[in-house]
Amino acid sequence: MTSIQASIAASRFGLGVRPGELDGIARDHRGWILSQIQQPAAVPRQIAAMPSSAQLGNTVVEMLTRGRRMRGMSEDVRRTNRQQMTRNALQMYRNEAIARTQSAIQTTTPVYERLVHFWSNHFTVSASKNEARPFLGGFEREVIRPNVLGKFGDMLLASTRHVAMLLYLDQAQSIGPNSIAGRFGDRGLNENLAREILELHTLGVDGGYGQDDVLALSKMLTGWTVGGIRAVLPERAQSRLPEANGGDFIFAELFHEPGAKTLLGKSFPEAGEGEARAALAMLATHPSTARFIATKLARHFIADDPPQRAIDQLAAVFLNTGGDLRAVTMALVDLPEVWADPLPKVRSPNDFVIALARAANVPVPDQDLLKGMRDFGQPVWSAPSPAGWPDTAQAWLAPESLMRRVDAARSVAQAIPNSIEPMAFLEDTIGPVANADTAIWTARAPDRVEAIGLVLASPEFQRR
Amino acid sequence: MSNDDLNQTGAHECADCRRAAAAAAQPISVSRRGVLAGGAGLALAALGMPGLSLAALPTDHRLIFVLLRGGMDGLAAVPAYADPAYKAARGQLAIDDPNGEQGALDLNGFFGLHPSLKNLHGMYRDGDLAVFHAVATPYRERSHFDAQKLLEVGGNQLGQVRDGWMNRMLGLYGAAGGNLGIAFNQTIPLILSGEVPVASWAPGGGEAPPEFLERLSHVYASDPLFSRLLNQAVAADALADQAGAEMAGRGMTGRGPRQVLQRTLATAVEMLKAENGHRMAVVEVGGWDTHANQGAAAGGLANQLGQLDEGLGTLNRELQPIWNKTAIVVMTEFGRTVAINGTRGTDHGTGGVAFLAGGAVNGGHVLTNWPGLDQSQLYEGRDLMPTLDSRSILKSVMTQHLGLPAGDIDRFVLPNSGAATQIRQLFATA
Repeated sequence: MTSIQASIAASRFGLGVRPGELDGIARDHRGWILSQIQQPAAVPRQIAAMPSSAQLGNTVVEMLTRGRRMRGMSEDVRRTNRQQMTRNALQMYRNEAIARTQSAIQTTTPVYERLVHFWSNHFTVSASKNEARPFLGGFEREVIRPNVLGKFGDMLLASTRHVAMLLYLDQAQSIGPNSIAGRFGDRGLNENLAREILELHTLGVDGGYGQDDVLALSKMLTGWTVGGIRAVLPERAQSRLPEANGGDFIFAELFHEPGAKTLLGKSFPEAGEGEARAALAMLATHPSTARFIATKLARHFIADDPPQRAIDQLAAVFLNTGGDLRAVTMALVDLPEVWADPLPKVRSPNDFVIALARAANVPVPDQDLLKGMRDFGQPVWSAPSPAGWPDTAQAWLAPESLMRRVDAARSVAQAIPNSIEPMAFLEDTIGPVANADTAIWTARAPDRVEAIGLVLASPEFQRR
Repeated sequence: MSNDDLNQTGAHECADCRRAAAAAAQPISVSRRGVLAGGAGLALAALGMPGLSLAALPTDHRLIFVLLRGGMDGLAAVPAYADPAYKAARGQLAIDDPNGEQGALDLNGFFGLHPSLKNLHGMYRDGDLAVFHAVATPYRERSHFDAQKLLEVGGNQLGQVRDGWMNRMLGLYGAAGGNLGIAFNQTIPLILSGEVPVASWAPGGGEAPPEFLERLSHVYASDPLFSRLLNQAVAADALADQAGAEMAGRGMTGRGPRQVLQRTLATAVEMLKAENGHRMAVVEVGGWDTHANQGAAAGGLANQLGQLDEGLGTLNRELQPIWNKTAIVVMTEFGRTVAINGTRGTDHGTGGVAFLAGGAVNGGHVLTNWPGLDQSQLYEGRDLMPTLDSRSILKSVMTQHLGLPAGDIDRFVLPNSGAATQIRQLFATA
């Protein structure tokens, strides 16, 4: 029983078992989780070494302005410049994606890393938008990591102000129609970020807001932009913006829609940058937000169709603590439902690739990791929409995707050293939850690679 | 995403669907994969299914549903260039009328096609394409995710049903329905998911040896989900291998995203053409959410439309032998705002466009009850007013093309769609 709970701790709260790890967890499975929640984990070495978004922003702006200066030049020169920009941005993204995945494989605090992955997906920014691509690692490092055990409102505010989000959801160039810039140009409001904040980051689609609220929030958000915007404005306008790094948040009064706004029935007087701050603070502790977040957490940690009692419990803790995510996470660990059923969830591709590498316990080349995520349809930070990656078996497991997992399981098995004996490998990975069929057919397999391949392709390994 | 509806049970009963699912969930031994050039029938026999022949399939008609995710701008794809309000309302995004340079490809003197839709224009002139305008599901809000969900479940409002209408449609074919459906993707979208087992296939999978898969099927024996998926995958792979043999030497080896779509479609075509192949397919194409810099005759959206046009052109060309038995439905979750937004794009709107292509389609018409583009004629003063329920199109395809009973469609497939009546004579009568 205890060892089943060790298995749940390692795979549902963590990122999969490393051989030899289960015994230690079995001694105190709750303590193993809690020790990782009670204090913030150190930032992994590979990740700490990356440049900040503010610095990166300058590089990007430099590339952009170089493009503008080249307007008179030949198409060939300009094309080469564009290609170089794309290559640079891609390289930055790849370095970050590798650092993230290798850290998740090597970490000794996998619970913390899982929380980072969960929240990063809640506040999705995606490489599907070229402009946002260089900043995706920075977003996770600067917005998500420091806040996963802090206040939800702080994470929401940091997310909304980050260059990656401002570019991804088109906020950076949204202009109030009655602002100074709005009265002189042909540009105007963009409601994309406001809508997704209400629908996806806070209240949820049934959270009780309407089109008027979307408009109100998008007006409140006007002026929230990034330092790099200067580079694309006419010179006269540039002087009206504060000095900042390319990737820094700035408030541009020039773009801000003046006047009072009404959001969810509450009137907000004109307050410049402070309007959207006040709005986000209200949204962050709203009962609909509590319910929405509680449902997503319960779906991730309990089951695709999570039990209502667990959702209510988590929502209550969220509301009572003003969105304290450490308290909410501790409450999650205390729910009997998370310990009840050993394998209700199917691993997402991200989880599967990481779990494979952790179980194999051999260094995996960067290339193979990224290729694995791509081949299974979940490249790092590349969700197809701001809703993020789905979190149900229905979304991830289908005939073709299963076949690819099976192929990968078998090829990883070939990389596992000869010294590893299959039945010991089975014990060390899925041991506590292994089915009789899996054990029998693993024991009967004609050679090591086949046997270990069967373990890695088994339902027990693909579930958590 | 809305989650409330996930906890509700389906509003209908479908005994055949369940029987089919139960039959497919039996642990069955997998014997071969990938080495059966031309022998898919054998593989199916090994899977415990009868060796299927054309006659044994419950239908010889094909339905390909192309799902455009992100909300395609219907007024860009099918500009109402002669509407007096069109040019002013669309501003920089307006497509020129047909005699302009890079103008619309004319349809009927009032509507045109975006200049990137050349293949579609050809099909329209051949009478093989019907165009629908001011179309929407019953959804009237502006969330992509809820809008897609409603399009895919085929209900009247969210929360009534939880599985896809196409899966319930397969349920009407009884146990044999389990062999008919395929998603050309690794995973299965909501529209095709439910109790009837369906296949999925995409290019690029690896090669686990058949003996390994055989042993794995025993490991999966006590997990009905994994058993069923493995069986489906083995069967689809056998068909794809067959298709691959037919495609050999046709130069389908490109690796870019554009070529991948083309290669997927080319294999899809062979699988749909195969005697023992699938009959109902879903293809998803993302990238239609054009909030910024969408462009008009040229630009981002134009490229996207060009890619769609190329794909439909491939289907038209390669499916010729069965073109008269094929219906291709192209739909998106909603249209976009009529007016340009502040960032030279459009925001989420309501009324949009749908296409229906195929040899038996009574095409060459734009079918619409056109609401007009004057500010006073718009939905909530901003979107094209929807005047046609997209389920009317689906219902017509299912009855007139697939020959399914209208009563069953209303009861099981598109519940609460009584108000969405069939469009008469959408297909030429045989």
